[in-house]
Amino acid sequence: MLTLLVLTPLLGAVVISLVPARRRELQLPLGIALSAAPLGVAGAVFVSFEKGEGSFQMVEKMVWWEPWGISWHLGVDGISLGLVALTTLLFPLSLAASDAITHRRKAFVMAMLVLETGLIGTFLALDLVLFFVFFEVILVPMYLIIGIWGGERRVYAAVKFFIYTAVGSALLLAAIIALAVMHASQSVEGALSFDYLALLDLEISSTAQMWLFGAFALAFAIKVPLFPFHTWLPDAHVEAPTAGSVLLAGVLLKLGTYGLLRFNLTLFPEATVSLVPVLAVLAVVGIIYGAVVAIVQPDLKKLVAYSSVSHLGFVVLGIFALTSAGLQGAVIQNVNHGLTTGALFLLVGMLYDRRHTKKIADFGGLASRVPMMAGFFLFMAFASIGLPGLNGFVGEFLVLVGSFPSLPAYAVVAAFGVVLAAIYMLWAYQRVFTGPLTGMANRKLVDLSPKETAILSPLAALVLLLGLYPGILLDRTAPSVEAILDRIEQTTDYQVPSPGRLEDVFASGSGDGEG
Amino acid sequence: MIELPTEALWLVIAFPLGGALLLHFAGRWLGEPLAGYLASAASLAALAVAAVAAVPFFTGEGHPSQSLLWEWMPAVGASFEISWDPLSALMTLVVTGVGSLIHIYSVGYMHGDPRFARFFTYLNLFTASMLTLVLAGNYAMLFVGWELVGLCSYLLISFWFTRPSAASAGKKAFVVNRIGDFGFLIALMLIFSTFGTLSYTGVFDRAAQELSGWAPTIIGLMLAAGAVGKSAQIPLYVWLPDAMEGPTPVSALIHAATMVTAGVYVIARSAPIFELAPVASGVVAAVGAITALWAATIAIGQSDIKRVLAYSTISQLGYMFLAVGATAYVAGVFHLMTHAFFKALLFLAAGSVIHAMGGRQDMEEMGGLRKAMPVTFVTMGVGVVAIAGIPPLAGFWSKDEILSVVFNQGGWYTALWLIGLITALLTAFYMFRQFVMVFLGKPRWPEGVTPHESPRSMTVPLVILAILSVAGGLVNTPFRLGLEHFLEPSFEGVRLGHPPEGVGLVLVLAALAVGAGVVGAAMAFFAYHRPPEAWRRFQSGFGKLWGWWENAYGVDDAYGAMLVTPGRRLSEQTAFGVDMKVVDGAVNGVAWLVQATGRLIRPAQSGLVRQYGLWFGLGLVALLIWILVRGVA
Repeated sequence: MLTLLVLTPLLGAVVISLVPARRRELQLPLGIALSAAPLGVAGAVFVSFEKGEGSFQMVEKMVWWEPWGISWHLGVDGISLGLVALTTLLFPLSLAASDAITHRRKAFVMAMLVLETGLIGTFLALDLVLFFVFFEVILVPMYLIIGIWGGERRVYAAVKFFIYTAVGSALLLAAIIALAVMHASQSVEGALSFDYLALLDLEISSTAQMWLFGAFALAFAIKVPLFPFHTWLPDAHVEAPTAGSVLLAGVLLKLGTYGLLRFNLTLFPEATVSLVPVLAVLAVVGIIYGAVVAIVQPDLKKLVAYSSVSHLGFVVLGIFALTSAGLQGAVIQNVNHGLTTGALFLLVGMLYDRRHTKKIADFGGLASRVPMMAGFFLFMAFASIGLPGLNGFVGEFLVLVGSFPSLPAYAVVAAFGVVLAAIYMLWAYQRVFTGPLTGMANRKLVDLSPKETAILSPLAALVLLLGLYPGILLDRTAPSVEAILDRIEQTTDYQVPSPGRLEDVFASGSGDGEG
Repeated sequence: MIELPTEALWLVIAFPLGGALLLHFAGRWLGEPLAGYLASAASLAALAVAAVAAVPFFTGEGHPSQSLLWEWMPAVGASFEISWDPLSALMTLVVTGVGSLIHIYSVGYMHGDPRFARFFTYLNLFTASMLTLVLAGNYAMLFVGWELVGLCSYLLISFWFTRPSAASAGKKAFVVNRIGDFGFLIALMLIFSTFGTLSYTGVFDRAAQELSGWAPTIIGLMLAAGAVGKSAQIPLYVWLPDAMEGPTPVSALIHAATMVTAGVYVIARSAPIFELAPVASGVVAAVGAITALWAATIAIGQSDIKRVLAYSTISQLGYMFLAVGATAYVAGVFHLMTHAFFKALLFLAAGSVIHAMGGRQDMEEMGGLRKAMPVTFVTMGVGVVAIAGIPPLAGFWSKDEILSVVFNQGGWYTALWLIGLITALLTAFYMFRQFVMVFLGKPRWPEGVTPHESPRSMTVPLVILAILSVAGGLVNTPFRLGLEHFLEPSFEGVRLGHPPEGVGLVLVLAALAVGAGVVGAAMAFFAYHRPPEAWRRFQSGFGKLWGWWENAYGVDDAYGAMLVTPGRRLSEQTAFGVDMKVVDGAVNGVAWLVQATGRLIRPAQSGLVRQYGLWFGLGLVALLIWILVRGVA
């Protein structure tokens, strides 16, 4: 089933390539229909997923190239399940929101579908070469999407995106190869292996763990992006077409947090425990810094982009809190951020399609002209601010409360990000949607079409559902999170903190210093 | 007798929530006035369910109980669970009772507004949120209600969002509240890491064993920080006066009777924690007393009819803080209830006046309205007497109880008592000042204004609230401690502050409180029941002081200069200085360096950045493999 899930979008791309170029009107609807297929498969995966099980499920393994120990090895667990579902959901929606793309539409749809295969594959791969291949496959269509269908400075943004992530990939590749070589030196047969499950059994010295952790972490930190590796993101977002932004923020950034969670924590537990302060500092700096920078952005899209830096900081903090609440928060925040920020980018795109500007100063008082659009924007803004009852809160609250026992000082500083989020989001909303309606162009705006409402509604419904009943995800992620923590506890002398007297909490946390 | 199981109490929240959902999707189709009636019915239904469920507490047979709705975030012990005890029951009755009256009033008040149905959507949503807050069985769910009432407050303050001042006020309210929430969140983190759960029963049952040293004090202070934001106390009160941009029924419901009391509720609810934290309690009491006096002096200098009431609300909330800080939880909750009656009444009466004056709110333009609107005149008069603390109206009983408990605490609480007493005088002064300026004397109406009494849907709620403001205080008098017995199960094991034992001292204290009220009222009457020139002379007699009161001590400007402007500058420097120049500059610098190196190696080639990136990457890979493999071997 997972192989099918990975390959259906690719198959879709092939189908699209067969559509004659003159039947332009078919390309987009067909693309949407074809990207609905993986959504169906992902739905089936979600339903048949065993709740209480922490290990990989629906595993499929075929030897690919024996001498190098590479195999087509897929599996899903609680860490990847939500991300796969999110990916398959965002593709049809962002394709449906791509009416504005008229230039080389066929190529666009194909690029999107290839991108989808790459993303799903990355989340499901249990072989490091396979993972790396998918990880790299993603770069190409995304580079094209920004570089061909982007805004004015699209080439600059695309090249920056490409080089930046390519540097990260180079480190990742080197570290992966090093792991395989280690496997060869440690196993009885002396065989190379890139199999994730086999590599988990490696005995890696503390020094080597640090190096490898560093290589993996840097590659993923660029993707997240963690401060100070984030400057490619606003450029990429501003130039990317709507669909590109939605997927960039919604899914691509999660490759970074997913990678940290999947590989860094389990392959290099010792290094993880000792490097917690470094990652936690970067996470907390990102939370505050991203929010502070977002406040004064003159471009609405850039504002949302910087808000991602802040929100993803919460995910990283949750990961390195190394508590079950923190990790669960990180996993669900991954998905939640995809839904809300995806929706916000869709809305900014809809606004851009109408007004051909994203400058906040060009708008004013739109709510009286486009109440539906304002309503959806405000709803998603509050989800992003972390209003309880909506999804954003669940992730951030779990991260904050979960990281306090292990990293109290960081959690306190991070909590201030919640205040800043209210400032930048509500101020932006105020300037764009409230006050008297300004400007002729704004006066002629048209509210959401039924199709646009249909694109946003499923996202809004999920925002509410996950906010009130996050159990649908948490029940499935909790066992996998526990498995990771168990592994860290078994391989290191780390102890997941249990509730205790505050004096102890402060005593154990004071060594970590201020964030 | 019908016994309603706790399991059915979700209905209390479900009725207004269902109303909000229905109106959200079908409101426009239902239109005016049907949308308003449906919303009112939803609120009344919640009141009916709550009233039936509260019966066992009135008969003294009820026990606190919980009912789990569904798990929310099990990892932190957060679930949707309803806790039903006398305290939540009382809050529920106040919220749905006063709320229903305000719903009905709004049908008249919002008549003709193009977004009539939308207003009732928000009003119902607010009711559901507030009920979530008071019915929550754990701090996480409480926080849901806590933030959702903030959302509704935001939506309703900026209801007329095309007015820039309204949009700005809504945002200000939410952001300032969030600053308090920052403290509140820290309190929740502390509670979780101490107890491993956020549920009330889990925390309170073990509070005495688990909390020691400074822990309860820190938790208490952080909870208080959240409460200070929500209940508009120093230093976070600045959002409440601006919140008057919202329609007047909103000011009555949210910014007087219910939402702003949430902070007081949280402290009363957390009594087992504050019990262990005398320092935190002392801070709460001091903040309350100082806020009460501070806001009362500002109220004196206001000429906008709603702003007087806004500062008055801040001041009265200060009394409630003083009470719960002095461990007089019952007295605090008692004043919360009576204040809900008379302040809702005052706001609705003010709304009726504004309605009659064609939207004008400046009291300088009013005067002599008593003949034109007799019902509003009489009912507002009742409210004024009640808040001034003149017996036997509601405000007297609750305020007197607070003051006498605070006095009985002795020590430095005596100073707080004195502040409370002075505030009582000022309260009577500014309220009678308002009453005289609005209703007595000669009309000072601008041309074209012909005041008239408001429609029945508005005056009937006024009359009911007036009756409650007269009789509401009788639930807890020194002769019959009804409320205290009623609330007993909620404060089991908590030491409650009490008034002094001796009858004589109690009477002296009461006489002082009443005396302060009478003196204040008399002063206002003599100063303002005269031609405007005379009271302007009276005002100028205060010199600069009056200007400070008028400008609310310039706190808003000070915050702007000290926090908002520097904050924005910092943000700009970070965004356009640090981020664009330093961080991104470094990135581009590295890229440039790689490119330049490439040029040096292959001068003829001026190829794409991509190629240099590729070579750079490949070089790195090789280097790394070498390092890593060596590290292993």
